[in-house]
Amino acid sequence: MAGNIWVLAEHWRGRLSDLTPELLTLGRELAGGLGGGTKLEAVLLGHGAQGLAAALAADGVLSVDHAALAEPNPEASCIALAALIEQRKPQAILVPLSNVAADLIGLLPARLKIALVNFCRDVRVVDGRLEARCVLYGGKLEATVTVASAPAVIGVLPGSRPASAAPSAAPPVTEVPVELPGDLRVRFEAYVDPEPGDVDVTKQDVLVSVGRGIQTQDNISLAEELAEALGGAVSASRPVIDQGWLPLTRQVGKSGATVKPKLYLAAGISGAPEHVEGMKGAALIVAVNTDPQAPIFSVAHYGYAGDVLEFLPALTAAVKARKA
Amino acid sequence: MNILVLMKMVPDIVEELEIAPDGKSLDVEAVRPIVSERDDHALEQALLLKDKYGGTVTVLAIESRDVDEVLFTALAKGVDRAIKVATGEAILTAAEAAALLARVLPAAPNLMPVQLILTGCQAIDDLDGVVAPALAERLKLPYLGIVTGVEVEADGSRATVYKEYAGGTRGRYGVCLPAVLGVQAAPKPPRYVPVAKVRAAMKSRTLETVEAPAKEETSFLEIVAMTKPQETGHAEMLEGSPEEVASKVAEILSSRGLA
Repeated sequence: MAGNIWVLAEHWRGRLSDLTPELLTLGRELAGGLGGGTKLEAVLLGHGAQGLAAALAADGVLSVDHAALAEPNPEASCIALAALIEQRKPQAILVPLSNVAADLIGLLPARLKIALVNFCRDVRVVDGRLEARCVLYGGKLEATVTVASAPAVIGVLPGSRPASAAPSAAPPVTEVPVELPGDLRVRFEAYVDPEPGDVDVTKQDVLVSVGRGIQTQDNISLAEELAEALGGAVSASRPVIDQGWLPLTRQVGKSGATVKPKLYLAAGISGAPEHVEGMKGAALIVAVNTDPQAPIFSVAHYGYAGDVLEFLPALTAAVKARKA
Repeated sequence: MNILVLMKMVPDIVEELEIAPDGKSLDVEAVRPIVSERDDHALEQALLLKDKYGGTVTVLAIESRDVDEVLFTALAKGVDRAIKVATGEAILTAAEAAALLARVLPAAPNLMPVQLILTGCQAIDDLDGVVAPALAERLKLPYLGIVTGVEVEADGSRATVYKEYAGGTRGRYGVCLPAVLGVQAAPKPPRYVPVAKVRAAMKSRTLETVEAPAKEETSFLEIVAMTKPQETGHAEMLEGSPEEVASKVAEILSSRGLA
């Protein structure tokens, strides 16, 4: 199979995403593994975003500039990227699995009738072909798949590789013109930033974080009592926020905050990849979950397969006893 | 305003998942099917729109184990029609499901056109595609995903759609209708319906059935193996009663100056 490896250089509100340099490391490895002069190219879709190209550790940057690409627009970016793929026929395009690029990951392969490999934790070259390891069922199983056709769109989760360093010399940039219809059916209007919350979970040394295992809104008081004893705050995973039990500002994970406290106590959180993304950098992670197979235990330092409703008050009492 | 909601069943991951003897697939006999959580939010979003603007809501699901109960639950919640696509419970990938739905929807009696097609923005078994955007492409409709709120203009020509980004920030978009939206979360948690009302719906309402066309081969992927995750690390597991473990954790925290 011929064709280069591409990385979608994702950026949002003027900044390259943290995922982009990780994907450049992965892409470099894949291009090297495929050999035969396979190059690593970054694709930068945006408007006035060419200044970001210098930070991309790639052999070259394909830059598409259009006013409709100034903010994330799945319709516009799909049309632009599809045209680019048809012209230049890469072997694979690595796309970060974030809320910015997620819509594109779904649209692009359907438009071009090409392969999609989603939720990849790892991609390697095996016998000259790409082989991906994909996370399924909330992190409970993994599928190893081979990609038999090119080009392929590969959605990659955070943490696949360490971030690449910025290159010593800026890569050559090729401007690629694009035509977009004037009557796009999806139009960006504005960002709506959250109201400042009562607690900034990113600034806490201690977070007692509750998930589905907390069962009811009333039980959140058990976490609040422990957080108070430890001088921290209560945060949560998605199901608790979706139930309206805590405000959106308390959410940790892909759609919420990325936190790095000294202690993250995960109470009744299973550890779906979207949640782990937001808390894996905590200095100490203690997890409690009734399911001993829960994925949270593979990122936690200490674990207890038990009921949070019994454990939380017991720990509050033990902490208070130590202080007394 | 007419809305179509697509729902599907996924394995309940609270239960232990087993790998089938072929080593390449999930043991589907051993799983407990539940409705995909995001699809339940899509249904709630549709019902909230109906409450506000009137119109009809139809739910449609591809036949699979226990899906009837989900469809009757939707009827009990206030949905107008529930349609099942008869496939003989064939296991479909996301790309195959999108291809199937793109052919079924235009052919279903008295269904299309609708102003909105709502479904979850992803499911826990999406591997080779994502149903909502793939369906939008096939039907040549606009798509926006990771949606957490929808408002519709009075004439039904356009919607204001809120899409979630990181850190609680949302993007506000204008979307021409008809459109497909991938729902992340409805503005309110999915409504509760008592079991008695579901039972009543089972007695008084009927599910419509449409026949599925022959399967279109669309998958480009070959699954080589299905495995439990290779762990890069694992927590040191603490054993004992809640009180004993709490005492050990308090000691660990104390040694690190955290308690």
